[in-house]
Amino acid sequence: MSGCSLGVSIIMKTGEIKPYISRKYRELRILLGDPLLFIVIAIVGISVILFILYPLIKVILSGIVINDRFSFSIIKEIVSSWYLRQAFRNSIIMGVTTAALGTLVGFLFAFTLARTDIPFKRFFNIIAIIPIVSPPFIGALSIIMLFGNNGFITAGVLGLSNVKIYGFRGLLVAQVVTFFPVAFITLKGVLDSISPTLEDAALDLGGSRWNVFRRVTLPLAVPGIASAMLVLFIETLADFGNPLVLAGSRFPILSVQAYLEITGMYNLPKGAALSLILLVPSMTAYIIQKYWVSKHRYITVTGKPTSSAIKLVNKPAKWLLFSGTMLVSLFVILIYLTILWGAFAKVWGSDNSLTLRHFGYVLGVGFEAVLDTLVIAGISTPISGVLGMVIAFLIVRKRFIGRGALEFTSMLSFAVPGTVIGIGYILAFNRPPLVLTGTLAILLINFIYRYVPVGIQSGVAILQQIDPSIEEAAIDLGADSRKTFGRITLPLMVPAFFSGLIFAFVRAMTAISAAIFLVSSNWQLMTVQIMSQVESGRLGAASAFSVILVGIITAAILIIRWLLHLRFSGMQGSELRF
Amino acid sequence: MSVKLQNISKFFSDPEYPDKGVAAVVDCNLDILEGEMVTLLGPSGCGKTTTLRVISGFESPTSGSVYIDNDDVTSTPPNKRDTSMVFQSYAIFPHLTVAQNIGFGLSLRKKPKNEIEKEVRDIMRMTGLEDMYNRRPDQLSGGQQQRVALARAIINKPRVLLFDEPLSNLDAKLREQMRVEIRRIQKTFGITSIYVTHDQDEAMTVSDRIVVMNEGRVQQVGTPFEIYSRPVNTFVADFIGQANFLDARVLRKSAESVDIMIGTAEKNIKSWSGNPEVGDTVKVVVRPESLRVKKSKDKNDGLNGVISTQVYLGPSVEYQIDQKKKTETFHAVTYNPVESGFFSIGDKVSVDFNSAAAHILAEG
Ligand SMILES: Nc1ncnc2c1ncn2[C@@H]1O[C@H](COP(=O)(O)OP(=O)(O)O)[C@@H](O)[C@H]1O
Ligand SMILES: [Mg+2]
Repeated sequence: MSGCSLGVSIIMKTGEIKPYISRKYRELRILLGDPLLFIVIAIVGISVILFILYPLIKVILSGIVINDRFSFSIIKEIVSSWYLRQAFRNSIIMGVTTAALGTLVGFLFAFTLARTDIPFKRFFNIIAIIPIVSPPFIGALSIIMLFGNNGFITAGVLGLSNVKIYGFRGLLVAQVVTFFPVAFITLKGVLDSISPTLEDAALDLGGSRWNVFRRVTLPLAVPGIASAMLVLFIETLADFGNPLVLAGSRFPILSVQAYLEITGMYNLPKGAALSLILLVPSMTAYIIQKYWVSKHRYITVTGKPTSSAIKLVNKPAKWLLFSGTMLVSLFVILIYLTILWGAFAKVWGSDNSLTLRHFGYVLGVGFEAVLDTLVIAGISTPISGVLGMVIAFLIVRKRFIGRGALEFTSMLSFAVPGTVIGIGYILAFNRPPLVLTGTLAILLINFIYRYVPVGIQSGVAILQQIDPSIEEAAIDLGADSRKTFGRITLPLMVPAFFSGLIFAFVRAMTAISAAIFLVSSNWQLMTVQIMSQVESGRLGAASAFSVILVGIITAAILIIRWLLHLRFSGMQGSELRF
Repeated sequence: MSVKLQNISKFFSDPEYPDKGVAAVVDCNLDILEGEMVTLLGPSGCGKTTTLRVISGFESPTSGSVYIDNDDVTSTPPNKRDTSMVFQSYAIFPHLTVAQNIGFGLSLRKKPKNEIEKEVRDIMRMTGLEDMYNRRPDQLSGGQQQRVALARAIINKPRVLLFDEPLSNLDAKLREQMRVEIRRIQKTFGITSIYVTHDQDEAMTVSDRIVVMNEGRVQQVGTPFEIYSRPVNTFVADFIGQANFLDARVLRKSAESVDIMIGTAEKNIKSWSGNPEVGDTVKVVVRPESLRVKKSKDKNDGLNGVISTQVYLGPSVEYQIDQKKKTETFHAVTYNPVESGFFSIGDKVSVDFNSAAAHILAEG
């Protein structure tokens, strides 16, 4: 009996393997038959391995291989340290609470904008975008200026001294303000895709408004909510700017500890091992997000979103939602006004008379950092964007060996905290054959590969919208694969390319967690400069720097949008975000 | 320009389960003559699109060969085959104007600008698109997009024109109008054409010959008349129009006719598929409109029953007649109730038919 079933199972196994091999073999032959495609895939593949996978492997190895031998001694040392255990715990707690609270605020915004007819919708939209286009530690900086020892509200308005803003509470507020817009964008998309007619139908069936919300709207939004929470968890865990400013020594955070271990103690292996510990929860969350939540995500809600009179929310609830949204918005405005004011105030907290001194300082001493940042972001973003489009094209339209691996690896930067990447780059590129530390190249390469997923995502999204038969029609009319790509596919991808470019540019301009390990005296970044101004207590200069940074980003977005509008205003199927 | 398919088979492997393939097309042989319009007709999923894509070169067959004009093009890439496809989704290039769409093929061939413009204007006039020259695709109605797709395909004077359910996105009225127009344009240019549809009326209207497919296999190839009145099997008979299948036994056989026994009546049938032998039990197909319904007098003719449904449609009346004891039912349509009589539910009737209207199927 058992022998028989064994035989059967073996036959089935080989039956599965053979066609698998022959299919892979066929794919290989097709690949070799198209040399251009083969070369492109080879170059992309090798560069992705070298600049994404290899640094990651270096971090992992340096955490568990000591003096060429496999050893857990560093990990053990970390685990046995009460302080570092605390840091791990704090990071997780911070991640979870920010995910919960940030998603809640994001949902409040999304639901209010999608399901009520309140005034000022455009205003709320802009409020939710601002934190995305500004450096991530602005929240922390502003909170210190408002609620710190010399804070405008604590010391100035309330006359308190000895306020404990450093630590959990202050950081949580900063993180929520920084990351709720990410949840908002996801959830707005989800709510918009749930046709209000479903809710109308449920209301017609006699459900009370609350019941309809609880039993129809919410369940349909659950995958989106889960996805938003996981993304927020990953981002908070990886965040470096806010904790560096606000966590303080009594509330250690893992990403900051890894940084201090390297820059303060010059203990690279231990810093690497710390960042490695950070990698575990964020990779777990990423894999859940990618392979589980996103599978349950695409609810096929048929029918066009008809213009339904919004009925789900009654009057009192509507104004309650409006007030909540308004309150959060006012707080966001307070945060940014504080920075703006701080940039012009002589001495924050004690002498509030206006001055241009800080801007003078920034444009004098700090001007090189501004230029460097522009050069680095200006060069890396378009390259990253093109690379993203190429990878998106390969992933969506071509079948070749290693396609799945290419997709996974190139999207990895979403999941890997910047701290890990930064440390990985130092480890990987500080000795021959590739000595890059201290150069412009290491910053460029880092930015290109770190933000390539942004381009890939928008490229994949647009390619999935482009009916493949459009490309087939071109081939059918006699175009070869190069002409089809050049005259049909590429022009259709251009809008996605630019909207991806905007995101990548913003990311590059506001990057800090990986870049802080890679800057040198020759190549500086504005974000890193702002950080060091904060550390040395020059809040005015930090604010002025931040204002200039946000100003540059806003100008860049407006210019790109304007160019796109000029060129593609009449174009069909060009979903322009932002 | 003729097209020939020789023993074409196409298997798709499911990427998740490589050992579980889908047989989309099985051993297909077809000969399409120059200037002919042939329709591939069959239910959804029977392999029509796959066959078309094998001809255009977008799918390479698992086995078999494709010939265009006696050239073996099996391994020629699609851009070198000189075929033009009109896609179900039209596949209009959204970033180009109507004129740029139509002239795309000519511009690839590096024709001078003014020649392209002239040809584009000519073809636009012929397809009723005169005023659309600089329009963008999103400013066109469904029917106009359809015309652009057609114009873009025929302007290149391809050796073969391929249509994949070109009318399925249009409303009923426009569909009827466009299929006449497609036929007209195809005849004007005399381009060999292969047309895929699952709509039998459409197939009847546009084709010189119809290829009926089911589950990847060709069932029958023939003119619309042959397909309707001489179907080879129950699938074809059932798929094209309605059919009554009557059991019969072969009594005698000669070169010109077969004598059969249906119920208690003897019939001399001149039309059959396959090779019926004396003593065989065969199926005879008779269309509803060929079935004559009479008040039943004699109970022993074997083809009688009771009217169970009656639907009055104005010009015609449809009856369903349940046979006693047997589970079978007859479907009959009468077009002239005044002459043929008018029956009500519960009436006992018998049915009869002219033996010229009957056809013996190939299968037992
Ligand atoms: N690319 C493909 N991969 C796997 N199966 C396919 C593919 N294309 C078609 N099929 C399968 O082949 C069969 C025939 O499909 P198709 O030719 O599209 O049918 P039709 O056009 O007659 O509706 C179907 O079962 C379909 O699921
Ligand atoms: Mg089809």
